[in-house]
Amino acid sequence: MDTPVNKKKLSLKEKYSYLTRDLAWEPSYQKKEDLFPYATYEGIKVHDWSKWEDPFRLTMDAYWKYQAEKERKFYAIIDAFAQNNGHLKLTDARYLSALKIFLQAISPGEYAAHKGFARTGREFPGVGPQVACQMQAIDEIRHAQTQIHAMSNYNKFYNGFHGFADQRDRIWYTSVPRSFFDDAMASGPFEFMIAIGFSFEYVLTNLLFVPFMSGAAYNGDMSTVTFGFSAQSDEARHMTLGLECIKFMLEQDPDNVPIVQKWIDKWFWRGFRVLGLVSTMMDYMLPKRVMSWREAWDIYGEENGNALFNDLARYGIRPPKGWGDAAEAVDHMSHQFMLALYQWNFGTAFHSWIPSDNDMDWLSKKYPNTFDKYYRPRWEHIKKLEANGTPFKNYGLAKNCQTCQLPCVFTEPGDPTTLCHRETEYKGEHYHFCSDHCRDIFQEEPEKYVQAWLPMPQLFQEPINGDLEAWMKWVSLVDGEDNGDYQGSHDQTSFEKWREMATSN
Amino acid sequence: MTVVSRKEYIGVPRDRVENFNGKQLIYVSWDQHLLFAASFLLCLPPETCFRDMVEQNLVALIEADPDAALVEWDKVVWLKGNEAWKPDWEASLADNGINHKAHLRFQTPGLNTVCG
Ligand SMILES: [Fe+2]
Ligand SMILES: [Fe+2]
Ligand SMILES: [Zn+2]
Repeated sequence: MDTPVNKKKLSLKEKYSYLTRDLAWEPSYQKKEDLFPYATYEGIKVHDWSKWEDPFRLTMDAYWKYQAEKERKFYAIIDAFAQNNGHLKLTDARYLSALKIFLQAISPGEYAAHKGFARTGREFPGVGPQVACQMQAIDEIRHAQTQIHAMSNYNKFYNGFHGFADQRDRIWYTSVPRSFFDDAMASGPFEFMIAIGFSFEYVLTNLLFVPFMSGAAYNGDMSTVTFGFSAQSDEARHMTLGLECIKFMLEQDPDNVPIVQKWIDKWFWRGFRVLGLVSTMMDYMLPKRVMSWREAWDIYGEENGNALFNDLARYGIRPPKGWGDAAEAVDHMSHQFMLALYQWNFGTAFHSWIPSDNDMDWLSKKYPNTFDKYYRPRWEHIKKLEANGTPFKNYGLAKNCQTCQLPCVFTEPGDPTTLCHRETEYKGEHYHFCSDHCRDIFQEEPEKYVQAWLPMPQLFQEPINGDLEAWMKWVSLVDGEDNGDYQGSHDQTSFEKWREMATSN
Repeated sequence: MTVVSRKEYIGVPRDRVENFNGKQLIYVSWDQHLLFAASFLLCLPPETCFRDMVEQNLVALIEADPDAALVEWDKVVWLKGNEAWKPDWEASLADNGINHKAHLRFQTPGLNTVCG
């Protein structure tokens, strides 16, 4: 009688090579250039794709197992959160503004990253990055889904969550991350990897996720903490992929260095502009604050960034061109941007408010050189207008930057009292910018950026033609519910009423 | 190279003047008056008289600033495209050379109550 012989299990190393490197083949009846038509036009030279190192050596079978386990835990916690009225454990419903911005601006970015990695995985000729990009594509769609599911519970009770998909495309303050991802996806595969894999995942992710997740923990939002944890191990992989990709390009050919440097300059600045939204959450929207935007920058930007760029110096890479201007802007950007969000809050699908005296004292302590001198007087004046019964609204709309697509609210380097106005002419048309760096990005590829869809000018074209009410409908913003001041909003009154019911008899 | 692409690529601008139903965009900002977070965006016919643009549009937009009532319009210093420039108050935007998406700045030295 034959006894079945257990086949020897594959070693990890064997499994890795069977399930990744061995999946590749040399084409026999098609030319390689025809199979991978996007691999060379950006000018990046690769001599040996097998030099690509995958430090995680993760294979698809193991990947599915880990991810499935994480999903099970995640949905168990989300269910418990919903059943136990987790939303009433928040410090205050003002916190929800940070979440709404996240859902409208950042979660759609996860989905865009998914699409981008799926495409990039197809376009790279090497099997190492193909597999890594494929996994990241699946991670990113999972991030979009878990975030939307986690926040859907708040949508049952509060305003401003329902229209995020339309708002991603149409409302004005989300056009900064939207255009960031559109720009990356309209680039070749190598630039995409610098934009998302390196600039976003490696240089900036910590500045986005760490403070945001701690903010959630500090403010009692267990559902957000849960999606944060569920994404964390993926992010470690993404950061490693981004770093591996940049080192690979730099090692393959010295001609790649100046191209990579140009992309680092561009994508650092584009990412920094996206972080403007994060700075307002940290300094103004968390009822219980974690740290200031300045402190987060010092820890996660300055320290990590310096270590990274010291490491890359041996390849001839220097820190991004906008690094110095960014460091200076950190003391101003959250205030400049929050004042903007407040004065246009008839057009935001979240609430904002005039900071309390307490808030303002915290801000002066965290920004000793800038808040009292430049920004407190503006808030005090706005407070006075409010007290006089003539609350401040700015119906002037705004000039948008052709590159980052934000309203041009930022000031001159070295002069916080003067708005930074930059313009250029191309084929007889004027184009405006928020900064030297956004103008430089335009001037590298004007034929790309002339196409920018700018939310404010768009308001005066078809189908809106300057009608504010029609615009609100078009961006799925319910006037009097989703927008305006937090004081007196449904969110405020509902939260207070329900909490009272939950905590008294 | 005006765009990195595999073949020739010509972009189509999304905010050409033809898309504004006979009007044009004008950007105006008041230097050192940052209560207003950004330059104002106006959308007006090119035949609009410069004086009307100021008196019927701009004046209302800047009202919330405590300096607004103190502006002496005949003494205001103007810039167009970041360069010194003098408007003809009775001429149209077009005759003033204020074309689509032109950017005007005005300065009121000595006035800076809220910031400056
Ligand atoms: Fe993600
Ligand atoms: Fe990621
Ligand atoms: Zn910009």
